[in-house]
Amino acid sequence: MPRVKLPTILRPHAGGVRAVDAEGTTLRELLEDLESRYPGITQMVLTDDGALHRFVNVYVNDEDVRYLGSLETEVDPGDTVSILPAVAGGR
Amino acid sequence: MPRTFVCDPGPQAAPMRFDDVLDAIGDTPLVGLPSLSPPGVRMWAKLEGQNPTGSLKDRIAKAMVEAAEASGELTPGRTILEPTSGNTGIALAMVARRKGYGLTVVIPDNASEERIRLLELFGAEIVLSPGDKGTNGSIEIARRLASDDRYYMPFQYGNPANPRAHEEGTGEEIVRDLPEITHFVAGLGTGGTLTGVGRRLKRHDPNVKVIAAEPELGDLVYGLRSLDDGFVPPIFDESVLDRKFLVNVADSVRATRELTEREGIFAGISSGAVLHVGLRVASELERGDVVCLLPDGGWKYLSTQAWAPELERAEKNVSETLWW
Repeated sequence: MPRVKLPTILRPHAGGVRAVDAEGTTLRELLEDLESRYPGITQMVLTDDGALHRFVNVYVNDEDVRYLGSLETEVDPGDTVSILPAVAGGR
Repeated sequence: MPRTFVCDPGPQAAPMRFDDVLDAIGDTPLVGLPSLSPPGVRMWAKLEGQNPTGSLKDRIAKAMVEAAEASGELTPGRTILEPTSGNTGIALAMVARRKGYGLTVVIPDNASEERIRLLELFGAEIVLSPGDKGTNGSIEIARRLASDDRYYMPFQYGNPANPRAHEEGTGEEIVRDLPEITHFVAGLGTGGTLTGVGRRLKRHDPNVKVIAAEPELGDLVYGLRSLDDGFVPPIFDESVLDRKFLVNVADSVRATRELTEREGIFAGISSGAVLHVGLRVASELERGDVVCLLPDGGWKYLSTQAWAPELERAEKNVSETLWW
């Protein structure tokens, strides 16, 4: 089952843990499964019309899904999915 | 088969004599990485640490200040104000000194000691922002200060002179030095480098892949940040990117050390993140020319102990500072 690493802000939805398992062969399925296990957890990740929120970055094995297949990105059982807020870098 | 790095010397080298230090910005070396290149692929590093204050930010500091002078926004007597965790501040401090402006920088209080010392020696006024808010915290404070008319804020995150400096400078130099480039990897901060260089490279050859390395900053910076108040720099044109990778501190430190150990290149920690992504991309290729843009030299990171003999200690030390 793919592992999902949660940002601090979402951890209270999952009992405070840093990472949880979720089922699905695409990112969309995986987020749906996550929502069914921890209601409300994807509220800040997805917009009202079901797209990825502009200020959220989701990575499968460290690669940003926006440049893969977005929510249709395929996810394998051994994969790690990371959800992170978009933060300014640069110096 | 390892590929040769020997190249045509090309047209006669540009003269290396300049009227002042600002004219010595840019035209940085592009060097091969023969020890790190996998078979069939040539890895290259563009050494931005060779700029006068030791980072790629010299390019945008000069470009932003000169654009503001030309538009009349920056006039004698005004003070330049910028939120920056270091390199942009140091570059602006050099430009401000040369041109006679004052400079105030807002910098997170966990920036490395060398960066703060350098800003001080160039005469910049320093305003510290809480380190746990990262660069976003500096931006918030700078925006408040900027309401005072004394200040002119170039704001590297929203200033079109930033990507333009890279399109007309950095990108142009890469096309000139390596027209056969297939992949370009750079760090994602303001988005200026990737946007500017990416635009120039895509115009040269639409098949060139433009790839971003993004730091995984750790819980300290992400903190309890709401996912609603994120920040995507206005100048960042996401359409030029083909791929984007997240890189953690440990992988960045390891690759930074590898650069020194195997190629004799002493670069900063974010250069390690870029190299880590470059190597990952190169490992998927049969043939290619991969350019990694190394933003700065290692000098400003010595106090982080990134090159300490024990790798674990090095990783821990770096993760406690603002390494990006």
